[in-house]
Amino acid sequence: MPLLSVDELSVTFTAKGRKDSTAVDGVSFDVDQGQVVGLVGESGCGKSVTSLALMGLLPAKGVRVGGRAEFDGTDLLKLGPAKIRDMRGRHLAMIFQDPLSSLNPVVPIGVQVTEILQRHRGLKGEAARKEAAQLLDRVGIPDPARRLKEYPHQLSGGMRQRALIAMAVACAPRLLIADEPTTALDVTIQAQILELLKELVDQEGTALLMITHDLGVVAGLCDEVNVLYAGKAVETAGRRELFAHPTHPYAHGLLGSIPRLDAPRGEPLNPIRGSINDKIAWADGCAFAPRCDHYTLECLTGTPELTEPRTAGHQVRCVNPVLPPVRPAAEVPA
Amino acid sequence: MTTLTKKADKVDRLAELMQTSESTTGASLWREAARRLRSSKMAIIGAVIIAVFVVLAVIGPWIAPYTPTAQTWRGEVFANQGRFVGMRGENWFGLDHLGRDMFSRMLVGARQTLLVGVVSMLIGLVIGALIGVLSGAAATLGGPMGRRLDTVIMRITDIMLSLPSLLLAVSIAAVLGQSLTTVMIAVGVVQIPIFARMLRGSMLAQGGSDYVLAARALGVRRNRIVLTQILPNSLSPVIVQATLSLATAIIEAAALSYLGLGNPDPAVPEWGVMLSQAQRFFDNEPMMAVYPAVGIIITALGFTLLGEAMREALDPKLRG
Amino acid sequence: MSLLELDNLKVHFPIRKGILFDRTVGHVYAVDGVSLKVEAGQTYGLVGESGCGKTTLGRAVLRLVDVTEGEVVFDGTDLAKLDEEAMRRFRRRLQMVFQDPLGSLNPRQNIESILAEGMAAHGIGADQAERREKIKAILAKVGLPANALSRYPHEFSGGQRQRIGIARALVLEPDVIICDEPVSALDVSIQAQVVNLLEELQESLGLTYLVIAHDLAVVRHISDVIGVMYLGSLVEEAPSDALYEGPRHPYTKALMSAVPVPDPDLEDRRERILLHGDLPSPANPPTGCRFHTRCPWVQETRCATDRPELTDTGDGHRVACHWTAEIEAGTLARTRATGVEAVTETAAVAEEPAVADVVREEDDKAVADAQPGLPVPGVAAGAPASDASTAVPRPAEAPADERSPSTEGGGKR
Repeated sequence: MPLLSVDELSVTFTAKGRKDSTAVDGVSFDVDQGQVVGLVGESGCGKSVTSLALMGLLPAKGVRVGGRAEFDGTDLLKLGPAKIRDMRGRHLAMIFQDPLSSLNPVVPIGVQVTEILQRHRGLKGEAARKEAAQLLDRVGIPDPARRLKEYPHQLSGGMRQRALIAMAVACAPRLLIADEPTTALDVTIQAQILELLKELVDQEGTALLMITHDLGVVAGLCDEVNVLYAGKAVETAGRRELFAHPTHPYAHGLLGSIPRLDAPRGEPLNPIRGSINDKIAWADGCAFAPRCDHYTLECLTGTPELTEPRTAGHQVRCVNPVLPPVRPAAEVPA
Repeated sequence: MTTLTKKADKVDRLAELMQTSESTTGASLWREAARRLRSSKMAIIGAVIIAVFVVLAVIGPWIAPYTPTAQTWRGEVFANQGRFVGMRGENWFGLDHLGRDMFSRMLVGARQTLLVGVVSMLIGLVIGALIGVLSGAAATLGGPMGRRLDTVIMRITDIMLSLPSLLLAVSIAAVLGQSLTTVMIAVGVVQIPIFARMLRGSMLAQGGSDYVLAARALGVRRNRIVLTQILPNSLSPVIVQATLSLATAIIEAAALSYLGLGNPDPAVPEWGVMLSQAQRFFDNEPMMAVYPAVGIIITALGFTLLGEAMREALDPKLRG
Repeated sequence: MSLLELDNLKVHFPIRKGILFDRTVGHVYAVDGVSLKVEAGQTYGLVGESGCGKTTLGRAVLRLVDVTEGEVVFDGTDLAKLDEEAMRRFRRRLQMVFQDPLGSLNPRQNIESILAEGMAAHGIGADQAERREKIKAILAKVGLPANALSRYPHEFSGGQRQRIGIARALVLEPDVIICDEPVSALDVSIQAQVVNLLEELQESLGLTYLVIAHDLAVVRHISDVIGVMYLGSLVEEAPSDALYEGPRHPYTKALMSAVPVPDPDLEDRRERILLHGDLPSPANPPTGCRFHTRCPWVQETRCATDRPELTDTGDGHRVACHWTAEIEAGTLARTRATGVEAVTETAAVAEEPAVADVVREEDDKAVADAQPGLPVPGVAAGAPASDASTAVPRPAEAPADERSPSTEGGGKR
């Protein structure tokens, strides 16, 4: 049984005087122990809202959450505020894009780490301090004893993200959710942080839900990848399968529009036309149709279903998937 | 042929399903703010209160049932013995200590109160904004000399800010003598540094923005950058402050009048003066104080509500 | 002669303190002696991480920040020596496209007004009607609908806003456009649209670009020549293909190996050169080679004392490293671990008696690896990334960081 099993998760924002807007529209995926699952997509695809819903961090008012998210037998979406708070930090942890705003600016790093150790592991005083130093050491912060006394603004961006990871793994959570953890960092620092995350997964068996827009990060880190578009998964596959055979026109187009280091200078890219605002409701058809080169009338009649046009486990939500040209069947004479 | 119609079909169908948001085209931020303001309950309540107050202030003298200064019922009130006349059919709000009709005095007094509020706010706004623009422009685009000028101006406003407003008003009154003008100047002067600092701060924030950098990169002249780029984007907080400061101006003016710094002629009705007069008889006839006090509070509330609603409507973070 | 030539350009921001009047207590060496040439009709790409001074360099060319020292020669004129009004008039020929498409457009001006602003400043177009015609033509060129004229920036999508920013630069018919992170704030699928647009415009209008970006893949795609910046100076400069095929400076090697590639096979195979520690502060840069504090090949001699010059190593490939030849020949061993262990290396100093098993193992390994001068077994010479990479949009870039000391001082007054 998977550690986390998300089934038909949907999140709708309901503001007074406005039309309801559905940010996540029936997303399902599983995360196993020691597995890295990626949620990939561009802004507004619902990847961050998904993670917030799982962590119980959505505002209480003006949001309607549907579906199930079973974590080790309990439905996270049904837990009360006190219960989910207890789950966070003990079994679930999250790291965010902006490490500075996720840390309390007026409290030293050490106090912020020991607080977690105190609350969830009951460590006190010297023992907590020692464990905190060890945690910082573990995530590669040099001179942890000194760093514990420093405030967030005294650390560099990379160090802050490490501190945040230290806090996230303080109680050896079984599931770590990382929401664009390296987007605010430079590439050389990003490489360090990704290496650290890989190590955590390999050595501790932590399950990692990686939320990112960067297909390069996905290619190096994730075992399973879900590509989201306008709140729905449009393609789900193992990473090798996905990058070798992107089958949904969106995933296909996305990979084709990225400038490649090995392409000669001046070769034009193949962008996807339009913008994320050019969409139709999933209920009417495929939300990607207005930007798709291959849409047909069939794409505009009802929500396309997830199918497996290539191999088992490679799910695609498209009625005209990008497939290798089928050799024309030998013509049978009449 | 069939493929052609099929293609037209799918394009039509797509156009039909696309959720276009073309309805919002060409709406400037000011217009959007006005739209948000119109749909805000707080703004509507505030605006209604202010409208009633302004109408009364303008037509008050004509609709007042009696002459506000006439001691018509002098014989019925014996303030020294604690005998007063409260609400009655003839005099809706009762009589004051000299036998004058309270209702008429309230109506006519509204005009004075509004006048003090608006004039003193304008004194603060106009002078404060001029200082603020100078300082803000000098600080953002004036180079080292500009920064020095800005420092000097700001130190002066700091000194003005550090003076207690009542003390400042008392000193001004001591120089100019007791009059309504004194009150207006005193209340206005106190607002000057507030407006100046606010506009400067806002301009400084806008001065560091990318679009100002872009304007410089375009080769737009400095004066024009200040006028077309920085200033229009810096005005929102000042507009909000102007509305809110009408409320404080009214209260402060009333306080100064109450302290006896206002119009020396007690016969001219003004809410602050009326409150001051009512104080002596508060034990016997509290209603004499309640009417002007409630008038001041409700009016101030009206301006505060509108100001807060405007703050929300103009806040770019709530845009959408 | 080159169209744009920088000679030993320096931009040092004073760090000011003081209550009533400023006292300069130090400098941020944002750009510290950069010389480069941009040829007419070509694209020069400047890459580097945040805080390397690339954005400041771009702004210094337009004199949007004060040039401390050096020359900015554009078409034979040294811009650094021009007075304010002369420089203002020169800006017609040198334009800029900004990173943040929304932030760089005045929210209270409509598109027509935004685009007419520069024309009015330079007296282009006789009357409003003539300007409007020109603006309409430019809008069509950048792929925006004609009805955009009366709309406001917040009514457009990110990609469209960047098109407006490009149109704003184009109406002045400039020779050079400095593109400061032109696509990093955009979604991946939109980035390609804007990159293509920039390339089409270059072809049809004969524009010269100075593209500043942190994304190597984008820069590699769009540039003829690439310069790599680190802490205020150029460490390597080469034609795009040559740089990609054989990066020679250790920093460039590390940078290229760190770029994630959307190809799982390559990601699994390739070797990462993980850099040691963080970027030093540009207010207090290291002596000698700026990169020696993090360089995997740092040597005991010269690196910490002599500042390497950018020297031509043949075929227009310029490198600022004392040991280029030795590193290329493979005769120089790495002096710092560059694997995952490099990260925890310094942590070995901290003595912790009671450690969790995993951590202790880590420590032991780290101690072994951290032995000075010990070459790390099994680590071959830097293999460059050999495939595409994705864009890494990132918010607020260098200039904020670089300027903060001076503005902070200013704010306190």
